[in-house]
Amino acid sequence: MANNFYRFKFSMAFMLIIISTLVIGCKSGGKGDKEPVFDVDMEEIDEALFDNINQAKQIFYSMPSPLETAMLVKSAGAPYNEDLLNSTENTGNYTTQRSMALNLGIYTCDLSFASLYDQTQTSISYMAAAKKMADGLGILDAISEETLERLEENVNNREMIMDIVSETFMNSSSYLQENNRQALSSIVLVGGWVEGLYLATKLVDKDSFEGNKLVTRIIDQKLSLNIVMKMLEGQKSDPAVVDILNDMNQLKAIYEKISVTTSAITTSKDEETQVTTLKSETKNNFTPELFAELSAKVESLRESYIL
Amino acid sequence: MKRSLFIFIIVALFFALPQSGKSQCKGYAKKICKAELSPFTHDGNYHAAILTEGEEAELYKTFYSDQEYRIAICGAIGQSNIEFKIVDAHRNELYNNRNEDYTNIWDFKLDSSQQLKLVVKVLKAEDETEEPQSGCVAIMFGFKVK
Repeated sequence: MANNFYRFKFSMAFMLIIISTLVIGCKSGGKGDKEPVFDVDMEEIDEALFDNINQAKQIFYSMPSPLETAMLVKSAGAPYNEDLLNSTENTGNYTTQRSMALNLGIYTCDLSFASLYDQTQTSISYMAAAKKMADGLGILDAISEETLERLEENVNNREMIMDIVSETFMNSSSYLQENNRQALSSIVLVGGWVEGLYLATKLVDKDSFEGNKLVTRIIDQKLSLNIVMKMLEGQKSDPAVVDILNDMNQLKAIYEKISVTTSAITTSKDEETQVTTLKSETKNNFTPELFAELSAKVESLRESYIL
Repeated sequence: MKRSLFIFIIVALFFALPQSGKSQCKGYAKKICKAELSPFTHDGNYHAAILTEGEEAELYKTFYSDQEYRIAICGAIGQSNIEFKIVDAHRNELYNNRNEDYTNIWDFKLDSSQQLKLVVKVLKAEDETEEPQSGCVAIMFGFKVK
């Protein structure tokens, strides 16, 4: 009788473990289960675009990587200014997971920025700073000693350097995602994105505001901010994410004052190059006053991240 | 004792198998899919999921004006084709690889920055007698460095 009782208890415990595992497993895939609201501030937006969102098994919000962010600043014609980068001497200040994740993104953006302008020695220093952050986060082998050596061996090969930067970033973010540390992975991306926005706002030539490509890039970040918000909202259970989400809300309040309208997109394919062009036009009401307000907010957020 | 060991193995496998799938997916994305981006520079982001025939994944991303991009979609799911389409904020379908024999790459550029949706679907293989197959699908982006 006692034996049967213990056998029953044992079976119940086993069933509970399996059920709990299934429940946790289902929740951890959670991103795809939530119904996101895709809010782009454009004319004639048709919310019906998202009608079928629940059919998708997995939903990704893809933020610009620190590499892409730096490239957007450079391709807009911004000059190089090393004084704006987060000093590598600050690495010792970052002792929490949150600050290390933010500054992994920030240093990776700075590293990409320096690499794009062929600042090889600076690139090596910033790769070492990014390595310290990755090591601190326990990201094994994302940036190894061998990576630093490869960087040094290829100082005159920008393409190879960009490839190394991209690979190390992919190693870091995939390691965090695979180890169920998605919140930290998102924080890394936010760090890189805010750094790019900071560099862009600092490098704008205020005397040629109209038609300035860098200004256009800053306005464009309104679109990426939507994705930042959606990505962070999916990870609100992490206290570090809640803080950063509040920061992003402050940024959003300013971006909401900027109205962007776009015409319908038409496509045209070049048969020779096989490249399709998406043709459309946008208009906005961005003013130097709004720019000043946005720049000040970005600077204060970035200041709080680099400590 | 034997029974406890058996239960332990079952529970351990339950946790370990999805992890192993994720790692294999990363390896696949890194080795196979990244090569498809050449001569574009990979942006460093990594999006991959295990999908079964008939399942969809969606991705939202901002693409910037005056940049040239390549999207590469790679999958390892038996004989199944992977369909991908690009939809704008007005729900217009801008591209569908169905019209190009399910090619896995698409090169494009934009006159103005846009937030676009990428929908990826693993089509059911023609031989429907078999069980639906699952596998890794990776979505990667490259851009031209200026």
